[in-house]
Amino acid sequence: MWDHEIKAMASSHSIIAASVFMATVLPAVLVPGFSVYGTHLLWLYSVSAAVAAVSVSVFWLLGISPPTKKHTLGYKLSRLFRSCLYFFLSCLFFHTVVILYGAPLIESALETFSLAVLLTSLTTLRCLCVLGPNVQAWIRVFSRHGAMSVWDTCLQITVAFTLIGAWLGAFPIPLDWDRPWQVWPVSCSLGAMIGYLAGLVVAPAWIHYHRKQLTYKCKTAATIVANLPSRFHEVHKIASRTFKTSLSFHMNGLKGRQALNPFYPPQLCKDKQ
Amino acid sequence: MKGLTVLSLLLWLCAAYFVGIYLFVGGFLLVRLEVNRTSACGDVLQPGAESADFCQGPPRFRRVVVLIIDALKIDFARFDPTKTSPRPYENKLPVLEETVSARPAQSRLYPFRADPPTTTMQRIKGFTTGSLPTFVDVGNNFASSAILEDNLIHQLGQMGKRVVFMGDDTWENLFPKKFYRSLPFPSFNVKDLHTVDNGILQHLYTTMVGDDWDVLVAHFLGVDHCGHRFGPDHPAMADKLTQMDGVIRSVRRNPKQTEAAGSVMERLQDDTLLVVMGDHGMTDTGDHGGESQKETDAALFLYSPSAIFPGPPTEDEPDVVPQTDLVPTLALLLGIPIPFSSVGQVLLPLFPPQEQNQGAVRRLSQLEALWINTKQVHRFLQTYSSLSSDIPPESLSELKLLFSRLSSDYLGSVGAGLPPSPHLSSSLQAYLTSVRDTCRATWARFNPAKMAAGLAVLTFACLACFVMSELSAVLTEEKRLGLKAPVAAAITIGVIAAAAVQLVARGYVEAVWCLAAGAFASEALFLWRAWRLNRPAVLKNGAKVSKLSARRLLAPSLAVPLLRCASLLSDSYVIYEGRVVTFLLLSLALYVPVRLNWDGHLVPLTPDPLKSAGLLPSPALTLAAVRKESGSLIGCLGGLVLCACVSLSFHGCREEQGGCTPSPFLSPLSRLQDSQLKNLYYILSVVSLGVSAYLLRLWLCHYGNLNSSGGTAFAARWVLPLLCVCAGLHWAVSATREDGFRKLAELIRVAQLALPRAAFALLGLGLCLIWADPLTVFLKTRAAASARSPALPPRYRASTGISPQAELRHLIPQIYQHMRRSLEDGETGGGGEEDGRPAVEAYGLGTVYSAPLLLLCGLLGVGLLLLHPEGMALAFLLLLLEMAALLHIHAAAANLRSVAWTPVVLWSLAASQFFHSTGHLPTFPSIQWGAAFVGFPDGHSGTVLPACLVTLNTFASHILFAVGCPLLLFWPLVREVRGSRGVKGHGEEGEDAVMEMRLREKPQQFSAALLQLSTRYLFILGAQVFSSVCAAAILRRHLMVWKVFAPKLLFEASGFVVSCCFLLIGVTLVLRVDVAVGRWFKRLIPDASR
Repeated sequence: MWDHEIKAMASSHSIIAASVFMATVLPAVLVPGFSVYGTHLLWLYSVSAAVAAVSVSVFWLLGISPPTKKHTLGYKLSRLFRSCLYFFLSCLFFHTVVILYGAPLIESALETFSLAVLLTSLTTLRCLCVLGPNVQAWIRVFSRHGAMSVWDTCLQITVAFTLIGAWLGAFPIPLDWDRPWQVWPVSCSLGAMIGYLAGLVVAPAWIHYHRKQLTYKCKTAATIVANLPSRFHEVHKIASRTFKTSLSFHMNGLKGRQALNPFYPPQLCKDKQ
Repeated sequence: MKGLTVLSLLLWLCAAYFVGIYLFVGGFLLVRLEVNRTSACGDVLQPGAESADFCQGPPRFRRVVVLIIDALKIDFARFDPTKTSPRPYENKLPVLEETVSARPAQSRLYPFRADPPTTTMQRIKGFTTGSLPTFVDVGNNFASSAILEDNLIHQLGQMGKRVVFMGDDTWENLFPKKFYRSLPFPSFNVKDLHTVDNGILQHLYTTMVGDDWDVLVAHFLGVDHCGHRFGPDHPAMADKLTQMDGVIRSVRRNPKQTEAAGSVMERLQDDTLLVVMGDHGMTDTGDHGGESQKETDAALFLYSPSAIFPGPPTEDEPDVVPQTDLVPTLALLLGIPIPFSSVGQVLLPLFPPQEQNQGAVRRLSQLEALWINTKQVHRFLQTYSSLSSDIPPESLSELKLLFSRLSSDYLGSVGAGLPPSPHLSSSLQAYLTSVRDTCRATWARFNPAKMAAGLAVLTFACLACFVMSELSAVLTEEKRLGLKAPVAAAITIGVIAAAAVQLVARGYVEAVWCLAAGAFASEALFLWRAWRLNRPAVLKNGAKVSKLSARRLLAPSLAVPLLRCASLLSDSYVIYEGRVVTFLLLSLALYVPVRLNWDGHLVPLTPDPLKSAGLLPSPALTLAAVRKESGSLIGCLGGLVLCACVSLSFHGCREEQGGCTPSPFLSPLSRLQDSQLKNLYYILSVVSLGVSAYLLRLWLCHYGNLNSSGGTAFAARWVLPLLCVCAGLHWAVSATREDGFRKLAELIRVAQLALPRAAFALLGLGLCLIWADPLTVFLKTRAAASARSPALPPRYRASTGISPQAELRHLIPQIYQHMRRSLEDGETGGGGEEDGRPAVEAYGLGTVYSAPLLLLCGLLGVGLLLLHPEGMALAFLLLLLEMAALLHIHAAAANLRSVAWTPVVLWSLAASQFFHSTGHLPTFPSIQWGAAFVGFPDGHSGTVLPACLVTLNTFASHILFAVGCPLLLFWPLVREVRGSRGVKGHGEEGEDAVMEMRLREKPQQFSAALLQLSTRYLFILGAQVFSSVCAAAILRRHLMVWKVFAPKLLFEASGFVVSCCFLLIGVTLVLRVDVAVGRWFKRLIPDASR
């Protein structure tokens, strides 16, 4: 039972990580002059969109989200509307917090807001997927005994890693190294992204090693798990397929490195050669 | 309550810290006294008794061209043709070697050794004054950077020589208005290799062709900047050096003349000397500032079209020329007096061995030059030793003896007309060398032993502080672990060390070393005893002594101070310190609710069967209380965050911060031109001052502390408002334009003098009142019957100016249950008490400790605000609000669950934050010197008072937060009543609010908690000092050491000292209140034997 869940988690996480990778590599092929530093906002939005789309679909496939009492269309629509509202509010919330932490108020508002969008799609969206639009449950999850399933624990870990990554990302900004990644908000969004990826890796591993200690007093988990094996094969299939594609992309990238290296704008690569 | 134990422990700790800081700073900072006397032509001492005017004869050289190539290392200047593949910096200046080998009688190349600190400004000072400048040159005008000591430029100006300068704009700051013509170029941007050099090259040749100069100084910066940016081993350095080679060539051969049918290559006239020199070297990474040979050894190249040297270099020529030697040499060659405080020695090869007169040009012989030099150095040494006692007396007397012997020798041989013995010249040289060595040992060397000792003492002090904070409960209980043993050990070891050195070495013992030995011994003894004490404690109950594991260090409450300390090791973070501190403060503050939520204390439980399992509410608080506390916590957090963000707009700007404009509130009102804006600012300032005072008063009123007739209540009721009025009027007066009210000019002058002084007097009066009578308890007796019926609302007769209704609303009668019970006991026991005081209501007893402390903070705050520019009133209001928000957060968090280190860390971070937000920066130019003239517009006669005022101004936020530190202990108790009152609305007798009287009930815990709080605060401040000390010690060769790290160390250390003093004052006040409360109870209940 546990192993199934952990495997499902690992698979879904690898899909998400692969989507992040694709979202970095694909625009490099399609958009001329794309680079993570140079056209940072483009990268940021492409990654946000990819993560958002993939996590919504993966969690929907897995059927993690809490059971709804009503199945009417109106109720579903209102849930969807509330989710969108929460998403937007959370963007505003992150924007405010980032400004309070010392980001410029007016100067680069677009950049700050983009960072907020990224943070939202990495953290709040996951909350929305796992817990639904229910702020009380969100607050409950982030307490010592608040996790009610493996997915809640996983949520705790990824969110904490993302936020800590973004926080640590602010550290190199004042240093006088004059690197392209020290520009606001590149280091913070990279930090958040790296933290998120680390969280994706750490969460299943941590849960796997602590599976003896973890006990959840909750019945909902059981219902989810009951559905799992049937859906499980699907996810696995998707995961292996994605891996193959991304691998082939990677090989292509090695051949045509100049076009595909996402970390340097093409003209810079030329200079180096 | 063991007040004395707590105080003495704290005092000992502070003393240990101070000794460590003093030791380190003594070894790191080299202090020298500036002698403000100048040499004149008349007193240049001629050989023998003849008193001819030295400056009259035509000098050896009429003109000199000084090309300073910043960081021209000697390795750059050497040329080795055998090298097949030279590195980028090698063999790039062939002109020097070519000239030296082709014309040995006209040119020389020497290694030119600078003295540390090898930074450009100190070096310019060095080779113009001939002295050994240190980091802190104590002069009488320390607000400006101009050189006031006697120097070459000054002497040249006195002689009417036209000095033309071009290049590094540091010169312009050092010698304002001394140049005949000057073309400064900005030197600040290290990344810019060419602006200064190209600027010089544009003007150099045209100036040289002209005839309106006698001395030409050109300071090139390209090589230095190239070193900082790329390091010496880089093609850019090769380009730069090749460019310099071209410069020297073309200076030597003027382009105009080479075009003319060139028989003579040199355009320099015969009476012109060319000096090419580097002011310091550089390390392999291109940095400088330290004392390694790579940094100190620069190149010196001398050239003249006419022969100046007797021939090719001989054996007895110096291998290395010290930088100071250039000054007397140039002075004598140019025929000007040697600057007064020069300790250099003339460069002998430039003078002929025997006296010779070539026509009109008189040339001093080697011996004459040496003699003039010796007499000048001797005069300086005498003057300096009469002013200061830096130089050890033994070596001083030795030098004096040597000089008198030499002078009799010399005068004897000259008077007899005998040819001087060759021995004399070498002994004169030896004298000069030993003087310079003595001076260098005193001024120009880090003292690594002292630095290491200081670091060690500081480390142990921090450790002792931490141990003390962890063991505070044991320490206040235990009789065994007194302070007697460590102090006794300190004294004995100190005395023994002194005696031992005296006996063994018979040398000069510095008091510092005895202090160090004593401090170290006492710390070691303390730690040892604590360790031994600790072990049984651990055995008894392991929970008592918390272990310091890696996991605990990673907890944010300790990780944040760790990060803060680590940030002091990087110059970028020190430059942006204000923002860094705010960032960390906000991070930690936002962590508090997250942590509470994680532990399940923040959100009240909703009756949900799913969730209730693991979540346990703290037993004391019910649902509504928890909800209320959480609400107030979040609200205060919002307030804190807002305060911190708004306070960012009061920051000043360092010069390193590009694109930063200092806060408009920092300039005093009198400088504002727009009168409307001025009025607006004035009103804003006065309103924020009024709001701060009103808030304080409101608080005191709310807790019923204003009703008593004691001194503190008087101070709160009258002195504080009066002080505010004085401050407001003072601002108004000082903001008026001088020409605005001609008729009132006299009045304004008097008011400018009287108002701040009146404010200071009021402040003093308030402090005295608080000290003399700190109790703010209003006692009201009432009938015994009503005492037993608690539902009766308290009746109250108005004794203050407030309306009775307001009082009823605001005053919370604090009935001290315990006291009443003992009264009742007394009633039944002794019959004499029956008629007198059957029952008592004491107003303001619940906040008896915090009220005077808060009032002290308020008074000090207004007093310190007076020393700041008017606009800072807003910043002080923010400070007050943030203090309140922090206290509330702490109280709410502590009511929900106790958080140990976090509030103290937040408190110390806030102190640093407001240091920046009151417009201060850890740099010397940013000190607000205006503070010294508040109330003393005509200046001072002494230096102590202005220094005090400036210190108070600079460390205002440190002072306020240090004094207010004990409030952290009281606030949860003060706020406790609110949390529980809403729930237990029925007010049972047993549940009466006791507030701070809880402390009185458990004196042991009170003193332990007080000790723990103060040691924790001291520990965090001490750790910051420790890390900036480490930064200065580790990075003493860093490019920014004299610009960033050394000033930061000084500010951090002085802030620490000030904080310690005021923390002690705060703790002492608490103890004083405790004593007063004890007496009050004794008076009230004579039977109680407490």
